[in-house]
Amino acid sequence: MKAADLFDLARRNLRESLLRNALTTLGIAVGVASLVAMLSLGIGLQKMANRRLTRSGLFDTVLVSSRAEFRGFNRGLRPQATGTRVLDENIRQEIARRPKVVEVFPDIRFPTELEYGGKPNLAVIAGLPLSAAQNEALEGMQGRFFSGPQADEAILLADFAKELNPQPAALIGRDITVNYPERQVLANAATPAGFSVIRRQRALRVVGIIEHEPYSGFRGIAHAGVFIPMPLAESLNVLQPGDLRGLATPDSPGRTYNSLVVRVASPNDVEAVETFVKQSGFGVFSLLDATRNLRRFFAVIDLFLGIFGSLALAVASLGIMNTLVMAILERRREIGIMKALGASDGDVKRLFFAEAAAMGISGGMFGVLLGWLLGRVINFGTRIYLQHQQLPSEDVWLVPWWLVAGAIAFAVAVTLVSGLYPAARAARLDPVQALRYE
Amino acid sequence: MGSSRDELAICATQVCRHYVMGQAKVQAVDGIDLKIGRGEFVALLGSSGSGKSTLLNLIAGLDRPTAGNIVVHGRDLARLTSAELAGYRRETVGMVFQAFNLIGSMTLFENVELPMRFAEVERPAREQRVREALQRVGLASRWQHRPAELSGGEQQRAALARALVNRPTVLLADEPTGNLDSHNGEEILRLIGEINRLPGMTVLMVTHERALAERFAQRILVMADGRLCGPGAPPQPFPAEAGGGLG
Repeated sequence: MKAADLFDLARRNLRESLLRNALTTLGIAVGVASLVAMLSLGIGLQKMANRRLTRSGLFDTVLVSSRAEFRGFNRGLRPQATGTRVLDENIRQEIARRPKVVEVFPDIRFPTELEYGGKPNLAVIAGLPLSAAQNEALEGMQGRFFSGPQADEAILLADFAKELNPQPAALIGRDITVNYPERQVLANAATPAGFSVIRRQRALRVVGIIEHEPYSGFRGIAHAGVFIPMPLAESLNVLQPGDLRGLATPDSPGRTYNSLVVRVASPNDVEAVETFVKQSGFGVFSLLDATRNLRRFFAVIDLFLGIFGSLALAVASLGIMNTLVMAILERRREIGIMKALGASDGDVKRLFFAEAAAMGISGGMFGVLLGWLLGRVINFGTRIYLQHQQLPSEDVWLVPWWLVAGAIAFAVAVTLVSGLYPAARAARLDPVQALRYE
Repeated sequence: MGSSRDELAICATQVCRHYVMGQAKVQAVDGIDLKIGRGEFVALLGSSGSGKSTLLNLIAGLDRPTAGNIVVHGRDLARLTSAELAGYRRETVGMVFQAFNLIGSMTLFENVELPMRFAEVERPAREQRVREALQRVGLASRWQHRPAELSGGEQQRAALARALVNRPTVLLADEPTGNLDSHNGEEILRLIGEINRLPGMTVLMVTHERALAERFAQRILVMADGRLCGPGAPPQPFPAEAGGGLG
């Protein structure tokens, strides 16, 4: 029998027991909606966690340090006296050219004496890349982000700002003065490492106050209280600890960095960059293992949510089987007639499969729609709840296209499997017995 | 009509069909030898339970013999696979039943069209052939009706149209007049007689109505206890009064 006739007959048969078949299809739809709802929740939560973690700047970042570095994150490694590459501009550019690398910037931070209102204060100043504007720590910032890469502007950490003024918000728009040691290359130095140190002073306007330090606990050891634009920090040529060590090295290449921060496109790209950096002879630190664990955690969550979601579909599949078995009993004589008229066992089997598939496709599509609507309602409710809690709005429900296609395909597969037994039973019917059936 | 060996439509040799029901063995058909020539109209008479419907089902390819073989137009049914047997039912035989066996949820058009769906006939050709078949049995104007809206005679005529629509060469009728009054029964047999006049069309009809069989069939066979009891009545000339247009 041709496919068009097969589906035409299946459609006609389904229409004949409209209520029962509609209820069976509704059962599949509820099962699919449950599956979509559960998996969408898992995916939504995972995406939300990924989004938050990515915005924290911890999971898409690799910290690169020289193996000759005594301090930092590679304390377990013994420094090598010779043959160790130093972190300089060359390796910075080399890493920046790697695929999926978004930016590479040095970790510039230095202690300074800061003057405000005529009083001196000790503070650690750190350069902040302009990309940090998207960092989670800057959410809820009072004031604004830097107006430009070379702007003489500063963002203060709230705890430090309170030391300057009990009302930190009052500092916004005020100037602070920082004193720092500038590393000035000697014009006639014998080696590129030769430099002099000059005391400099610079006025910075406070433009923002933040509650948490960006990249907290990841970069450097000393917590910074004042943040300035990274390009500005680089142009200040502040004396760094590595500069002094460079002086002791006979073939010092000149300006070196304590450590470099490499930001990649997504947490998935961390491993490749890590491998490259290690092969280049540098020490690395990242939260790759934590990312892996997080992914594993969500994979398990998704698995369990999927299993719970599938339970409803499993129950619905029993409904399909029941409907088709009932249909065989009711249409026993009809099957006998069809066989007497020349229908093969395969024709009968395919007809029942087509009916099961039609219910699966309709139920799957309706179920996805139902699940999607449910998700919209829950997202709406979640937003209202978060607003009441004065928390930033989040979508915890996400229905990607592959889930839509997958859920429909899964529903069809489940219905076809459910139709296996009834279809085989219908095909095996003895036409003589079937024709006698009243 | 005489039947020579090279014109045989149906040839059954020592055909047996036994059923096991609990401890008992029922011999529904027990060693039947039968030869029916191409174009013959044979009536198979017998009381209830004599095995005539079982024999018809065996010839129709709906059932398989326990022993012996049946050759229809040179094809040994015992050698056919299940799928080939379905093809044989589709292309070689047309069947009508006592209970009409039209599908109640389908219109007459759909009922008559159904065998052609299995035979994968193209849709335009199907429509043409359905109209021709319904016209032949005088139901052209009722094509949209459902079986429940027709009389018994009309339903059996529709069943005849359905049996012929795939242009078979053997028509097997199982008590076609069993559910009809005498007038409609006679009308159906007149139609079957007309169908038998189509070139090469062989008719085997199971009935228990001897009078009608003697009027319309060319040869009568009688069955009892699963066996043929002699040749029955000799071939008869086709009754003059049975003539009439079939459309």
